[in-house]
Amino acid sequence: MAGEGTEVPEAIAQLIEVAPVLADVAYDTSRGQVVFFPSREGYLRIAGALKAASFVTCADLTAVDYLRHLDRALPPAVSAERFEVVCGLLSIERRQRVRLRVQVPESDPSCPTLFSLWPGSEAMEREAYDMFGIRFIDHPDLTRILMPEDWEGHPLRKDYGVGRVPVQFKDAPGPR
Amino acid sequence: MSDETSEQLERAEGLGAEIGEPEEFGAEETFEGAQEMATEAETDPVRLAIEQGGVLRLPESSDVELNEVSDSFGEGETMILNLGPQHPSTHGVLRLMLELQGETVLRTKPVIGYLHTGMEKQGEELTYVQGATNVTRMDYLSPLGNELMFALAVEDLLGVEIPPRATWIRMLMAEMNRVGSHVTWAATNGMDLASTTMMIFGFRERDLILSWNEKVTGLRMNTNYIRPGGVAADLPDGWEDDVAVIVDTVEARLDDYDELLTGQPIFRERTEGVGVIGPELALALSATGPILRAAGVPWDLRRSMPYLAYDEVEFDVIVGTVGDTFDRYAVRLNEIRESLRIIRQVLEKMPSGDYRVQDKKVTPPPRARIDESMEALIHHFKLFTRGFDVPEGETYVAVESPRGELGCYLVSDGRNKPYRMHVRGPSFVNLQSVPPLLRGGLIADAVAVLSSVDPVLGEVDR
Repeated sequence: MAGEGTEVPEAIAQLIEVAPVLADVAYDTSRGQVVFFPSREGYLRIAGALKAASFVTCADLTAVDYLRHLDRALPPAVSAERFEVVCGLLSIERRQRVRLRVQVPESDPSCPTLFSLWPGSEAMEREAYDMFGIRFIDHPDLTRILMPEDWEGHPLRKDYGVGRVPVQFKDAPGPR
Repeated sequence: MSDETSEQLERAEGLGAEIGEPEEFGAEETFEGAQEMATEAETDPVRLAIEQGGVLRLPESSDVELNEVSDSFGEGETMILNLGPQHPSTHGVLRLMLELQGETVLRTKPVIGYLHTGMEKQGEELTYVQGATNVTRMDYLSPLGNELMFALAVEDLLGVEIPPRATWIRMLMAEMNRVGSHVTWAATNGMDLASTTMMIFGFRERDLILSWNEKVTGLRMNTNYIRPGGVAADLPDGWEDDVAVIVDTVEARLDDYDELLTGQPIFRERTEGVGVIGPELALALSATGPILRAAGVPWDLRRSMPYLAYDEVEFDVIVGTVGDTFDRYAVRLNEIRESLRIIRQVLEKMPSGDYRVQDKKVTPPPRARIDESMEALIHHFKLFTRGFDVPEGETYVAVESPRGELGCYLVSDGRNKPYRMHVRGPSFVNLQSVPPLLRGGLIADAVAVLSSVDPVLGEVDR
């Protein structure tokens, strides 16, 4: 956990060297992986700086609904919100991954799109929209991708039921 | 940064002020419009560019050459054709909407979701012990790769170090799986190009691998063999001989493939220069695996970010130069050879020892112990009913599946089930490369090009 007075891990210090804008961003390491916590407003700027620092691919983008864990542990500068957009960037040149976790409040589930930086994030953002109802602002084609287009609700939200198929056991009374 | 990006930045900064009111999603408000392709006049220009495969022309670089075809066709001169979802060449239930001018493809839009079964949601309801049975069904051509990425992610959160023999068994199984997946790809690709012989050949070789799977794991597909903590069982007696037979047979038959396809003029005519994608575009579209390598980017997670013991074996990363369908064929064919090379080294170097970690909280006690020890019985019972708790945390683990980067983003809240299990399916992401690949090509080639992307729809839709 990033606290005042603790030493900055080497991997993060090196990244700040190539992308100075990262110096103001809360960071953490999770299982040796580098994680930054940009604000929603600063998200595009941070992502752009990382792209300039050779992170040429957006390998993964998803979201998490922390409905049951609004009090989860985060760096002190970050206030926890219900949703998180989690974006994994990959640098071929540095052979390194960086993860961005953006807090997205329940009252306004929206987040800027990375499409202008990495067009490859398009389908993944559509999936996150489909599953969590997070609107990616300026996304060119924000429609459902996995669910039918007239589906109600967003299935991966924690307040969305799992659903069941009744199982017919042997010798149980049949439907007729 | 271009004007468009800075405009977006400004908009993003004013975000809180602009959208003030909380939104409740009701039935009508979750509808964001149709997924289908609309006529050119009705389509937003950015969306049009995606469908034409021209995303790189958009924000920053303008120096990328596309397959140029004239854009200006009057109304009624083009038609939108629906390919799939039930079509043998779509390798599952993929639906492609193509805009055609005569026989030339102008725009493409993949419409997916026909196989969506909510496996990520399901994964949140299953314990970590049961989880492997869920993920193994995603990419049904590479079940062991899926189990591997899940097991690695869980072990990363647990902080468990698995014994060397388990690592090497995993590597053996993953490479066998890669061979099986690639020969199946060669078979279906051959079928799409009307080479029925190739189809029979490919499935013949695949059966060797499936029989091997059956011998080792008890199941031909969906094996649930690689589990958190190690593997389910040790290799059967005499496995070395089986492996040697498979490696020798497949290797000899690869030469048949060469004879049948690689040097054959008709095959080359149909694949060379068809469906070209360059390295910049492939990277921008997050393509991984053979598509990216065929475009000339030497990126293979086994080499670049080694997991298991891939840094202890010798193999080459196969890279193409042109990025066309033939390169993708050649990359896959030679990756089979490299996999066989790895398998040979595994055969030599397989360490002895335990095939799973002896941590009673993670792996079941040996069967014999259950009869004599009450404690072992309790551990066994607890493990298969409640499972084990995983410490709080989040991790992203990626492995090189036959189709590209297969990643697992796993969030644990300290309980016995994942709080969130996201799978980054390479087929899902790679489908974004289809529009630029098909642009300007013939509809007859579309089938060959689509096949060379090698999507597995179970993984696309999850």
